[in-house]
Amino acid sequence: MAPRIAPRILVSVPISNHIKHSARALVCALTLQLMLLPGIARAQERVVSINLCTDQLALMLAAPGQLASVSRLAHDPDSSAMVAQARALPTNGSGAEEVFLLRPDLVLAGTYTDPATVSMLRSLGIPVELFAPATAISDVPKRMAQMGRALNRSAQADQMIAQFNAAIARLEGDQASPRPRAALSYVNSYSSGPGSLAGDILRLAGFDNVAAEAGLQNVGKIPLETLVMLHPDVIILGRNYPGTARAEDNLSHPALAALNGTVIAPELTDKDWICGTPVVLNAINAMRDLRLRLENS
Amino acid sequence: MSLLTLSDLTLMRATRPVLSNINITIKAGEFVGLIGPNGAGKTTLMRAALGLLPSQGASNLARLPAPLRAKACAWLPQQRDIAWPVSVETLVALGRIPHLPRGQRPSTADQAIIDASLGRMGLHPLRTRIATALSGGEQARALIARALAQDTPLLMADEPIAGLDPAGQIDTMKVFADLAANGRAVLASLHDLGLAARHCNRLLLLDHGRLVADGPPHAVLTEHNMRQVFGVTAHFETTPNGPVFQPLDTL
Amino acid sequence: MKVALILIALCAGLFTLSLVTGFTPVSAQHSLAALLRDDGTPLTVVMREIRLPRALLAVMIGASLGLAGAAMQGYLRNPLAEPGLIGVSAAAGLGAVLTLQTGVAAAFALALPLGALTSALLAVGLILALAGPRGSSLTLILAGIAVSALASALTSLVLNLSPNPFAAAEIVFWMLGSLADRSFNHVWIALPFMALGWVLLAGLGRGLDALTLGEDAAAALGINLNRLRLALVIGTAASVGAATAVAGAIGFVGLVVPHVLRRFVGARPSALLWASALGGAAMVLAADIAVRLLLPDRDLKLGVLMALVGAPLFLHLIYKTRAEFR
Repeated sequence: MAPRIAPRILVSVPISNHIKHSARALVCALTLQLMLLPGIARAQERVVSINLCTDQLALMLAAPGQLASVSRLAHDPDSSAMVAQARALPTNGSGAEEVFLLRPDLVLAGTYTDPATVSMLRSLGIPVELFAPATAISDVPKRMAQMGRALNRSAQADQMIAQFNAAIARLEGDQASPRPRAALSYVNSYSSGPGSLAGDILRLAGFDNVAAEAGLQNVGKIPLETLVMLHPDVIILGRNYPGTARAEDNLSHPALAALNGTVIAPELTDKDWICGTPVVLNAINAMRDLRLRLENS
Repeated sequence: MSLLTLSDLTLMRATRPVLSNINITIKAGEFVGLIGPNGAGKTTLMRAALGLLPSQGASNLARLPAPLRAKACAWLPQQRDIAWPVSVETLVALGRIPHLPRGQRPSTADQAIIDASLGRMGLHPLRTRIATALSGGEQARALIARALAQDTPLLMADEPIAGLDPAGQIDTMKVFADLAANGRAVLASLHDLGLAARHCNRLLLLDHGRLVADGPPHAVLTEHNMRQVFGVTAHFETTPNGPVFQPLDTL
Repeated sequence: MKVALILIALCAGLFTLSLVTGFTPVSAQHSLAALLRDDGTPLTVVMREIRLPRALLAVMIGASLGLAGAAMQGYLRNPLAEPGLIGVSAAAGLGAVLTLQTGVAAAFALALPLGALTSALLAVGLILALAGPRGSSLTLILAGIAVSALASALTSLVLNLSPNPFAAAEIVFWMLGSLADRSFNHVWIALPFMALGWVLLAGLGRGLDALTLGEDAAAALGINLNRLRLALVIGTAASVGAATAVAGAIGFVGLVVPHVLRRFVGARPSALLWASALGGAAMVLAADIAVRLLLPDRDLKLGVLMALVGAPLFLHLIYKTRAEFR
């Protein structure tokens, strides 16, 4: 689990409302099916995104005016890498009722979006395109391609994919040694192994991930004790959320500071790390800079 | 020497006097029975005398700081509280609390007093038994022994013999009389006027918060007082076996 | 005396066991050596910064809860009086959560235990006022339910309103308690308040002994009941408040420990005080070892284990005292 919990709004649609809308929904559904028939496919004109990552992919790829609304998190500078672009659009609370009233002809959501919301929207006749979270750098072009198809903007998507792949290829070819041993440490002692997007960012930036030594492949816990015993060269801490939570105590535990020769890099895993978009290149570059600074010090 | 001096002790509850202008002096050597019908104010009188209830007038005990008062007078409440399953000996040893410096264990002298108190109340066979598991009468004796272990010049007891069997009642009265004979004083509220007449050398008769009679038993347990205060007729006779008092009938 | 020696030995043994229990597969000898002598390896850091404060906190918190439980039971003359059951721990948790979420705790370190103490103070005061000097079981339990429910609900509310996405998940921590990844920071902020509480509570022995005979008899034995009550309230609030502030509300310790040890000290409330302090330390140490051995990677909450032991005992006590409810 990435350290991100999207706010969730429970929606209950009153029965009477439901019936009132269902006739219209039927008509909508029929119209949509007609529109989706092969040969007469055309760009969706009113697209609503209800997931932080689909927000950003859509912002990159949508035609002007095509995207009608983004999720509330898209405006949160702590979570969204594209706040400036997102601010131009109204936000939605990701609930079925609210989204339905926006009259979208396509909704973009994540595979972890509340299934109740997704099925409600679909039963109201609105097509919902689900995007799985990226668990590797190689997922990023796939998501861009999926978004391109969904928005009927495949040409733009292909161009972006080519640029991204070229950048990744440059990084792959530029792997130096020695590779410092790094650990990612998020709230509640969660960490990311090599089989995750964050793991790929770390690898491409020129670090070895100690999570692998602890047997962690994807995402999971590394107990504080184990982390200390691994004695990494650098511990990269997850972002600090506003307010207080005991879950974050592991980030400031004195045992980390007491480790001899270990550099603590605070709050580096931020908005650039969350979504599988070309923004991850920023994360990789920031980590590369960190590695170079460590080498020189 | 006066062990208890109450002057004009008065206690009001709302505007109603519960005790009015009580003047009592008790000296060493006296075993004083406090008698009176239910609600006459016997318990209130003793608690006010100890300073456990706020009152007007003066009481030599209430004036003392609590630790000194605990060395001057032992108090045996009517409520037979034994909160925890302690042994009889531990229970009796609680009487030594005022004499022990903080955190100190009982010395051999303390232990001797505890043993003597147990002996006086015939509790040696029960000393290791759990107090809460004893019969009501045995608990009452253990609590009296606790008060004895406080080893004070004055002992105040609220209905100490209620619920004891005849032998227990007589033995307890003899213990109190014996204390008085050995230079201490006892003030005990009693409902058994027959035992009061036989064992006390002085009686205080309380009625509606007033002290209506104070003197030797034959002077207090008069026909007039019995009618006026208790509403009973009674028979009082001094026999070769000592005084005999028996209430006969209600009016 | 024999009981004291056994309990001290038990605590020492469990303390050592706690120190050598952890995720790192290193021999006990090796880890203890690394604790005593800084060999520059990460093992010393693990021993000194992670396991030592954890074991110390287990001792401090267990002693606080055991002592407070024994003192409250002694004062109320009721074996059901327990800081966890009657809502003192829950109230302390609320105070701690409030200081954390309002950011006061970040302003100065002692704000956290102070907040917990203040809130616990209100709860103890309220319980004593409601239950009265005789502390009948019915009033105690009803007051406890009310205070606990209110404090828990407000704790949940505050955590749900927190801007931090993880705060709401911590309701469990505040209700059930855990020592996972506590550090010396927590030891140092809790210690002064706990020490104050221990001093106040440990001084109650004589008064609690006298209270065996009831309030009147105790007063006549020279015990100042007002001062005793004040020391009890402040002592309980300080020690339980500090314990809850750093480890959440750990229930049942103050119930189980005095209940089990009472017969070994001849039921004397004064002897039960120190015995329960030692016994509480042993119990929390044992529970904290158990949570690490049973489910090492799940951060099983201490309250879960405590309730498994404590709840049946609580029902047993209720069954025994049910005559009072009629």
